[in-house]
Amino acid sequence: MSAARYGMVIDLDRCTGCGSCMVACASENNIPALPQATARTGLTPMLVRRVSNSKQGSERREAFFPIMCMHCEHETPCVKVCPQQAVEVDKATGVVMQMPQRCLGCRYCMTACPYHARYFNWWDPSWPAGMEKSLNPGVSSRMRGVVEKCNLCHARLHSAMEKAAAGKREIDAADYIPACVEACPTGAIQFGNLADANDPVTKESKSPESFRLLARLGTEPKVYYKSKEAWVRALAEPNAAPASEVQHG
Amino acid sequence: MASTVLTDRRWIARGEERTSLSRFLLWLTPWTVLLAIGVYAAALCLWYGLNQTNMDNRFAFGLWIFLDLGIIALGAGAFFTGFLVYILKRSELKPILNTAVVVGFICYSGAVAILMIDVGQPLRAWFTFWHPNTHSMLTEVTFCISCYLLVLSLEYLPILFRNRQLRKVPSLFVFERQLHMLVPVLAAIGTLLSFFHQGSLGGLYGVLRGRPFAFRTGILIWPSTFFLFILSAIASGPSFLMLVTATVEKVTGRRLVPQDVFRRLAFISGLLLAIYVAAKSIDTLVWLNVTSPSAGFAPWQFYAHKPFGTPILFGEIVLFGLLPASLLLYRKTANHQGLLLTAAAMACSGILLNRFVLTVQTLALPTLPFDEFLSYMPSWQEIASFGGVIAYGVIVYSLSYRYLPLFGSKGDASHVSGN
Repeated sequence: MSAARYGMVIDLDRCTGCGSCMVACASENNIPALPQATARTGLTPMLVRRVSNSKQGSERREAFFPIMCMHCEHETPCVKVCPQQAVEVDKATGVVMQMPQRCLGCRYCMTACPYHARYFNWWDPSWPAGMEKSLNPGVSSRMRGVVEKCNLCHARLHSAMEKAAAGKREIDAADYIPACVEACPTGAIQFGNLADANDPVTKESKSPESFRLLARLGTEPKVYYKSKEAWVRALAEPNAAPASEVQHG
Repeated sequence: MASTVLTDRRWIARGEERTSLSRFLLWLTPWTVLLAIGVYAAALCLWYGLNQTNMDNRFAFGLWIFLDLGIIALGAGAFFTGFLVYILKRSELKPILNTAVVVGFICYSGAVAILMIDVGQPLRAWFTFWHPNTHSMLTEVTFCISCYLLVLSLEYLPILFRNRQLRKVPSLFVFERQLHMLVPVLAAIGTLLSFFHQGSLGGLYGVLRGRPFAFRTGILIWPSTFFLFILSAIASGPSFLMLVTATVEKVTGRRLVPQDVFRRLAFISGLLLAIYVAAKSIDTLVWLNVTSPSAGFAPWQFYAHKPFGTPILFGEIVLFGLLPASLLLYRKTANHQGLLLTAAAMACSGILLNRFVLTVQTLALPTLPFDEFLSYMPSWQEIASFGGVIAYGVIVYSLSYRYLPLFGSKGDASHVSGN
């Protein structure tokens, strides 16, 4: 199997901020339902953030930014700092993998991530009575005291790999679609193999309307955003335009 | 019938004057209470998890990391004094050597204790040794701090075994003599380990490409903060030793070391602090003009958030850097104990401020264009745990001072640090 570079292009002009991606992510990955968690202590591997251009009246514009692990592929900040190799870039897929079983819970990776896309399990995982029956059997829950993040629905990748192995073929793109991509009602999130020049996602990523957040840090994130709005594209540069977050999604 | 008076006289070195046992116990009481509260708070964190703290996903490090970095820097006096005495043969510093070892032991063991509470899965601490990521600064810190704490323990043991009663145990006496012969070797190993972990602690934040406020370029794999941390630690260590010794002299009302030792420590601390301030200034200029802009960040925007404005930078470099360095180097200051200690306290404060800026301010600042500046207030469990470490330090030092020959003893001419 040739090495893939899985990535995304998120069309911000299509994103309505409905939060379906967040719900799908939580459901797929057995994110615990913790009533005691706050916006700063909850587990949201996919987090839709609502931002504005900081203007008022008719000039005001707003957009929604789904923020998740960007799966950086150069000098990956979290991989470099983890003291016990609990984080690694899978060379076969380009996915930045987190191994909760090996995680010490030192949270150094969280301080290293410029996107704040890593989350700590501050509490033991728990679900309301009966809800555990709806858990995904393909994904293990994470214990208290370890870090987790988006792994591009790795259980789905495993499933697709098994299917491909059984058929003695490469992974079919239709077999591996992360939950957030599948759930998005407007098709704002596109997922594909950036190593494949013919993949629509690769072509979209090269569009003049596409950009990556904090690209100048040099970490080569594999999640691209796309917008026709200049003020949204300007957010690629931290100093380029005044912007403020309205609230977490 | 004669009344029985509880005494520990026979445990105190012959010829040494110490306060009565009852007064000593009275002194220990509040510290023991503080330690007990700290242990309780730490137990809550270990049992219920880090949800007992006010840290969160953005403020993933908090008070504990700041204090760890701070006390490890201040504890650098231990390895640096050993280096000066045993490697550079500055024998005039021998009177301060034992107290340096005890202070270092307290600082490092306290920091390791706090680190064990600060991780989510303390029982997995050994994973770092089993699956080490050799590219991680934290791996280097873990290895070096663990090894150096072992070295400090081995350096502390000969002092412990020179207790009046323990010396009567033949096997301990022989063990102490054997260990004592190893002390110069331990000092050399300690110096090597300390240089690396002090530097790695600086590197912890300096390598964070994703945190442009902290990120620094450097030499080969080491960011500039690696070298700045070493310099600042060896500059503040002697100042902290001066403060500790002067405090003990004040509390006990006794002259413990010759004024010459203070003068020498002041000069060393002042000189190193001056070099550090120069290096820090150059580093700041490089960061302002090259490193930060190249990452797409206007550097002054980091100082636009109150209360972390430019005064904090001024405080770090001038008020608590250049000023105490000048005072410590000024010959007349050395003869004025009050001024000398003020300068030493300012030098230590400057290093603590630097650690605060690098740890807390870095996390408070936004990175994404729509991030907000964050605030964080530690929970009582975090504060109490650290209070417990301070109490532990005071108790260990008090016990060491009372029962061990920290500054030599009248009844025992062979000074541990001497021969």
